[in-house]
Amino acid sequence: MTAPDPSIRSAVPRLELQQLVKAFPGCLANDRVDLKVMPGEIHALLGENGAGKSTLVKMIFGLLRPDAGSIRWQGEAVRIDSPARARALGVGMVFQHFSLFDALTVKENIALGMGNPPPMRELAQQILAVEARYGLPLDPDRAVHSLSVGEKQRIEIVRCLLQNPRLLIMDEPTSVLTPQEAERLFVTLRQLRAEGCSILYISHKLDEVRQLCDAATILRGGRNVGRCVPGAETAASLAALMVGAAVPAVANQPPARLGGERLALRALSRPAASALSVALQQVELTLRGGEIVGIAGVAGNGQAELLQALGGEWCCEADRVRLNGAPVGHLGPHPRRQRGLCLVPEERLGHGSVAEMSLHDNALLSGYSRQPFLRRGFVRQAAVREFARAVIERFDVRCVGFAAAAGSLSGGNLQKFIVGREVQQAPDVLVIAQPTWGVDAGAAAIIHRALQGLAAAGTAVLVISQDLDELLLISHRIGAICGGRLSPLYPRAQLAIEDIGLLMTGGRLDSAGRMLAADHAREVPHATP
Amino acid sequence: MLRLEPRPQASRAMVYLSPLLALLLTLGSGFGIFVLLGVDAGAALHAFFIQPLSDSYGVSELLVKAVPLVLIGVGLAVGFRANVWNIGAEGQLAMGALCAGGLAIWVPEDSGAWVLPAMLLLGGLGGMLWAAIPALLRTRFNANEILTSLMLSYVALLLLSYLVHGPWRDPEGFNFPESKLFAASATLPLLLEGTRLHIGLLLTLAAVLAIWLLLARTLIGFQVRVVGTSPRAAQFAGFRERALIWFALLLSGGLAGLAGMIEVAGPIGQLVPQVSPGYGFTAIIVAFVGRLHPLGVCAAGLLLALSYLGGENLQIVMGLPQAVTGVFQGMLLFYLLACDVLIQYRVRIGRPRLAGGGAQ
Repeated sequence: MTAPDPSIRSAVPRLELQQLVKAFPGCLANDRVDLKVMPGEIHALLGENGAGKSTLVKMIFGLLRPDAGSIRWQGEAVRIDSPARARALGVGMVFQHFSLFDALTVKENIALGMGNPPPMRELAQQILAVEARYGLPLDPDRAVHSLSVGEKQRIEIVRCLLQNPRLLIMDEPTSVLTPQEAERLFVTLRQLRAEGCSILYISHKLDEVRQLCDAATILRGGRNVGRCVPGAETAASLAALMVGAAVPAVANQPPARLGGERLALRALSRPAASALSVALQQVELTLRGGEIVGIAGVAGNGQAELLQALGGEWCCEADRVRLNGAPVGHLGPHPRRQRGLCLVPEERLGHGSVAEMSLHDNALLSGYSRQPFLRRGFVRQAAVREFARAVIERFDVRCVGFAAAAGSLSGGNLQKFIVGREVQQAPDVLVIAQPTWGVDAGAAAIIHRALQGLAAAGTAVLVISQDLDELLLISHRIGAICGGRLSPLYPRAQLAIEDIGLLMTGGRLDSAGRMLAADHAREVPHATP
Repeated sequence: MLRLEPRPQASRAMVYLSPLLALLLTLGSGFGIFVLLGVDAGAALHAFFIQPLSDSYGVSELLVKAVPLVLIGVGLAVGFRANVWNIGAEGQLAMGALCAGGLAIWVPEDSGAWVLPAMLLLGGLGGMLWAAIPALLRTRFNANEILTSLMLSYVALLLLSYLVHGPWRDPEGFNFPESKLFAASATLPLLLEGTRLHIGLLLTLAAVLAIWLLLARTLIGFQVRVVGTSPRAAQFAGFRERALIWFALLLSGGLAGLAGMIEVAGPIGQLVPQVSPGYGFTAIIVAFVGRLHPLGVCAAGLLLALSYLGGENLQIVMGLPQAVTGVFQGMLLFYLLACDVLIQYRVRIGRPRLAGGGAQ
């Protein structure tokens, strides 16, 4: 959009961080971190959760101020004390969670994010120009609520590009995208790189980092642990750098032996509870003992609603949900658990556990239904303690003991505890949402192996996840949910990652799992594909 | 420059220090108010906080006043923990007094030992009945129990007032709005001769112990704690919110009703238009100052009972208005709520510094 940057090929880094330190009460989030991003480079910032990536990025964008260290921009020392200052320098940022007003149009949202926006007509022209240039088709006059997640992300990107950035920071941009949408994003990013814009790219998806990024800086525990060229590494070697040890691989295992029907949904429909929730439409699903079924889908396509219907937080007619052959649709979570269905919700804190309470109390939270924790209304403290201790030991939960508050554990350890709490109860059916979301590779392997072990022992496992690699790794059958409709389930072996991407956008496959054209006439139930 | 900085973890020490700090600030402000009023502030504080406890009769009076406060306070504490805001304990107390007192007036003078247990039962039921109305409105129509329970208190107080001014007035009472005096069989036995201290104290201690067991050791107590801290986790666990709302309101209402019965069958000995000097409202402060914990409620009950005695004593020895009691109670709650900020935050002086050197 401007004349080529003279510094494209110069050796002066676009951004250089030297010995940056940031401490929070009780934790040193960044400890003397160095980072060098060259002009026209896509630079990956890698690290486990809690490694300090977000803190570092927030300092670059002026949301936090470093306690010590210096920031150099095109060779000059600068102080970035606000996002406005960052934008003035030429830093743009696309956040993982969008800040958009659903009721406003695309261009109104963009105008709101600008310091002093030009007149609306002019702005629309500028938006269209940027979109045409970078292949980001988007109607400036459409209301945001009618857009898909990928399109909403495009607004954020266009908003940044209008400011003519020299450095674009992207925080986990593909976590909400289908594989096809991600590919289109990469095309845009490569074009930006060719024009000399630098990109700081944060992602957990190591394969896409290897594909896309020219260099990578790896953080562990708030410190630099290495710099590498991702293309020259393998996903496994990158993971090992992030975790600090080799991560044992989990392999897909075929179901040991299929048991009888454990869980069945029959034409389950649910009206949308509010303007922001999704209606479930005629969801059909059958799970047999011993198998792991994966449900893919972009967030906000009915997963939350489906989970509530499965767990019993939302009740319906009795025979819409059958558990071990018995109708349970009208029952709440406690009786369903007693009948053999355990569930791990997506949100760890506040839903799956109470942050302020001890692990002991959190074991009681869902364990009281199936475990011998009660005698005449009184809690048998010793039994609960024993159970909590067993979960902590079996799942290697790092904590100071069962008296530790759930909120004091790191995300991965808490997830291990919550998954362990349900797995330990040996349910007939385990429904689990985002089993390894934000969890490091080591913990993820433990969780995956636990799920496989449970299935091998005859449990039917339903995994609802946005992580396609995870689903392909552990599932035996896979489907996808889109707009509250669940696709048919296909055997894992018949599906490629692109096929799942198609299912995630509401497309269809033929019976053998081959791709058919996307089904755009969704209002007509059996429109010709 | 003073700043509030979030603590990495809620401070447990501040949970217990905050009421003490609030008390100190209340004393300081009280001192200032007395100075502004032009009275001898040191003497006034002495008359308020020390003098009432200078003899054994004063201590027994403190316990007499603490009994209803603690009894209501523990019930409210259970409800508050479950985010059920019963503000109408004053009305539930009046209904308990009305139901129990009705029986006491109605039975013959020489009735047997069954009268007191029956009055206890009726008192509790009366309070429960009055609390059942907000419970029903909340669970059926989602009506806010803060408003309904508060408004219903005035209904109950007016009903009691109507009865003692009209149908239940003592025919030999020189037209005073009072019922006849309860017979001995309808009066609580005294614990100590020469004082007004009655066996309601033992009932209260039993109730405190029972509630402590309930919260710490039973599933329903656990449900109360979970619903209060994390409603969504309670949904995940499958706890039934409606049942808990009913439980919390009936329990706190029942205990308030019991307190009403204890007041009319104990220190008062008859039905009068005003059976309580606002115990039902003061018990809200008791519950919060006591950190919603049964043992804390006992201590807070004693403290606020002292504010009643102190107010009365100031009226006698220095001629200050009784409103001083309300001023001190209000300041205590005000400072407590302010000091509770320090549970989640700490005060820092100066610019942000590099903290947590030990974290390396």
